Amino acid sequence: MTRALAALFKRELRLAHRIGGGAAIGIVFFLIMVTIVPFAIGPDLNLLARIGPAVLWIAALLATLLGQDRLLQADMEDGSLDLLRLSEIPLELIVTVKCMAHWVATCLPLIFAAPLFGLMLAMDVDALAGTTLTLLAGTPALTFLGAIGAALTAAMRRGGLLSAILILPLAIPVLIFGVSASAAASGGTIPFATPLLILLGLSLAAIALAPFAAAAAIRLLGE
Amino acid sequence: MEGWPDFRLAAANLTIGRGGQALASGLSFVLERGQALLVTGPNGAGKSTLLRTLAGLLSAIEGRISVTGTGLESGTPAGLCAHYLGHADGLKGALTVQENLQFWAAMLGGRGPQPDIAGALACVGLSHVADFPAGYLSAGQKRRIALARLLVAERPLWLLDEPATALDAASQDRLAAMMQTHRARGGVIIAATHAPLGLEDARELRLSERAGALA
Repeated sequence: MTRALAALFKRELRLAHRIGGGAAIGIVFFLIMVTIVPFAIGPDLNLLARIGPAVLWIAALLATLLGQDRLLQADMEDGSLDLLRLSEIPLELIVTVKCMAHWVATCLPLIFAAPLFGLMLAMDVDALAGTTLTLLAGTPALTFLGAIGAALTAAMRRGGLLSAILILPLAIPVLIFGVSASAAASGGTIPFATPLLILLGLSLAAIALAPFAAAAAIRLLGE
Repeated sequence: MEGWPDFRLAAANLTIGRGGQALASGLSFVLERGQALLVTGPNGAGKSTLLRTLAGLLSAIEGRISVTGTGLESGTPAGLCAHYLGHADGLKGALTVQENLQFWAAMLGGRGPQPDIAGALACVGLSHVADFPAGYLSAGQKRRIALARLLVAERPLWLLDEPATALDAASQDRLAAMMQTHRARGGVIIAATHAPLGLEDARELRLSERAGALA
């Protein structure tokens, strides 16, 4: 079973690298989002520094949605999903491994890029470190929630937008605690740990529950 | 070559259908080592639905499917000892043929021996494309790679949905030989087909159009 799980993880990373352009597309999208904001807001450095964490979080949220709709749809179209269901691995675990690979391929590069892009928003060191840490803690929740949307819309031709509409409301708590933890990192009334722990809790809950929801959706769609 | 000395598949009073709508009911059959079943019938009679139900991809409306044999725990779902060859080939165009087959060998092979990918490719006559991305291949070649998948992981039950689609005459002969070898080793084949497949003394299950008409 370990061999099968490892093979699935490796295959997902390979596909992300060869088809999606891997990390590059997500990072470029992230960069463009971050660059657009100062043009829209104007060159007020204090304001940019204050809203910097929020901008990084919204950019990361949208960037994680890129390609997420293909997480299961591609496998459903070419028949791979049927075959995966004939393996010894439960469908829930298959979804989990696919999400993990998706996170490594798309979110991890964003987390590494965040401190660099945050400089363009005049954020100070504390805020940069805090935001990067909250992205690390919170993006797993986004990926796993996204899997539910991906599963529900897998059989649809243009399910990507619908998937985003379904998932973005669920991502709001993650966004709230992510941004509040980032803000707490650079001074504020609440300690950094409180919202960070809630964020970690949200991620753990999503990792534990979302695969069951996604697997149930896939089984129903197959009928 | 070891095989499956006592593999047995039994379907009892099966009602199959899509979304709660019955397509065919009262299907009962037992297949033992080396036997084959041809599922025939007009379009929409439920041939694919039957194969997908046997694979566990659809739930049966009524009835039960059971598999027994050495090394199989009682209550094992039939899907776990089955290869399913559907209309889609299950290949990723961005991966090479070798990578595709290696992946399916690891996913479907369980604790079996190291997969003989070169041997499987030779068996479908495509040794020379091992390092090509699967996306470059023609429809018939993709189908043959999908057939090679049946050989890289050891599973006793083959569920084949129109296996001869897009195959040229030589490949159809290869398919017939593959199925012959599989049966000689004690494997069981259920194939939905419109074309003769060269399965000798196979039994036939004819699904009728009347049963196929939605009530």
